[in-house]
Amino acid sequence: MYDPTVARLTYRGLLGRRRALVLGALPVLLIVISGVVRALTGADDQVAHDVLGGFALATMVPIIGVIAGTGAIGPEIDDGSVVYLLAKPVKRPTIIFTKLIVAIAVTMAFSALPTFVAGMILNGNGQQIAVAYTVAALVASIAYAALFLLLGTVSRHAVVFGLVYALVWEALFGSLVSGARTLSVQQWALAVAHKVSDSSLVTSDVKLPTATVLLVVVTVAATWYAGRKLRTLTLAGEE
Amino acid sequence: MAVEQSTARGAEQTRIHNIGYRNYDGPRLGRAYARRSLYSQSLRGAYGLGRSVKSKVLPMLLFVVMCAPALIMVAVAVATKAKDLPVEYTRYAIIMQAIIGLYVASQAPQSVSRDLRFKTVPLYFSRPIETADYVRAKYAALASAMFILTAAPLLVLYVGALLAKLDFEHQTKGFAQALVSVALLSLLFAGISLVIAAATPRRGFGIAAVIAVLTISYGAVSTIQAIADAQSGDSNAIVWMGLFSPVTLIDGVQTAFLGATSSYPGGHGPSAAQGIVHLLVVLGLVAGSYGLLMRRYRKVGL
Repeated sequence: MYDPTVARLTYRGLLGRRRALVLGALPVLLIVISGVVRALTGADDQVAHDVLGGFALATMVPIIGVIAGTGAIGPEIDDGSVVYLLAKPVKRPTIIFTKLIVAIAVTMAFSALPTFVAGMILNGNGQQIAVAYTVAALVASIAYAALFLLLGTVSRHAVVFGLVYALVWEALFGSLVSGARTLSVQQWALAVAHKVSDSSLVTSDVKLPTATVLLVVVTVAATWYAGRKLRTLTLAGEE
Repeated sequence: MAVEQSTARGAEQTRIHNIGYRNYDGPRLGRAYARRSLYSQSLRGAYGLGRSVKSKVLPMLLFVVMCAPALIMVAVAVATKAKDLPVEYTRYAIIMQAIIGLYVASQAPQSVSRDLRFKTVPLYFSRPIETADYVRAKYAALASAMFILTAAPLLVLYVGALLAKLDFEHQTKGFAQALVSVALLSLLFAGISLVIAAATPRRGFGIAAVIAVLTISYGAVSTIQAIADAQSGDSNAIVWMGLFSPVTLIDGVQTAFLGATSSYPGGHGPSAAQGIVHLLVVLGLVAGSYGLLMRRYRKVGL
């Protein structure tokens, strides 16, 4: 199910040249902000919760997920070089699975790790906040990577749709319509984080069983469908 | 022998025939015409006109989403006979910044990245236009498209306000001030996103990079502002923080000079002097992105 060569190529495509710069800039910014905030306010649990919840989990993780998830397959489909990959005797689901693993690893490395560091800077893991948000970022990474990888195989405008989901659906509708929160990766991840860390500040609108089931269903279904989609891929010319 | 013969015969047969191609002796439309064409094509392309149906969907959808709240506000204002519109003209673009960001992020790369990826830029420069023409046409086209996007809902609000018989003078003043503000916003956003988009031939990556710069900088700045406001309420620190993201910059300028209410946390707005610094930074960024674009295209694809 895992093909090292495909993985190597995907890593190179994701982290090669300037992509790594953008991927790296966001976590650096998060850590800088944490430093500034810590200097301004001192250790404060509520502030740490606001920064990690509002900036790290709500903005940074989805954007890194979009870049890594769609970037794992989108550009290859876009410039047509995916045919050379598809022509090799490697199963299509294997390709998708490998790319998913790579996307998850990259998203985790660039989002969960800095979240933990930022949490430690902000309040030294008081009330388990740093651990809780790190768990949330880890869980969210898996679901986001699978979801956006699927988008990358389905649409040529995957990045835009991914960003619309992350910024408009989760952030805007999520704050206005409470029902939208049930269908949000962020809330599912928070439910898991709440359970794992037992932190009273980190709460979710979704109950843990629902969240777990939805997370697993979304991840598996997205991966399966992406594999199917790749089997019947038609390469479109430039619009 | 045979070889010699064949070359000799070959030389005999090699003759340039005049097969009747004619020189073009019609009018030459020249550089200005080419520049205008590039401008209008880019502007149309920014709304998907003259392109496939699929590529019309997104810009048109964003345009509709941008205007819909204005229509609703006008309808409410007319129906309830309100004294004033529920939202200031200058405030509208700040509220809808997510839509504006998505629009510019999706259209800036589509305007320049594909030329880079398919190596068509040298073809442009084989025509009478020069680097400056290409950059100006693309920049002006995207800024105009942004202006259409941001000014259309204001126009809806203004017409609606007049229909609802609100105070003419007050409404006209607000409308005019907001138009200046969105013009600045269009120039600033178009400049920043074109510079980012022109750095990469990958469209998807360009979109993500533009949105990251616009959204993340706003998220970071407003988070720190909110915390500074809650902790110390030091208005100077809050205002100077506003220099570090495009949206807060525009907000600062329109608060200082265009009669807007600040949307900085705690309602702290820049003073006149701080407003001048905000304005200078905006103009500097616009000029800087133009300069960077000129540099980027000086040797492109050659």
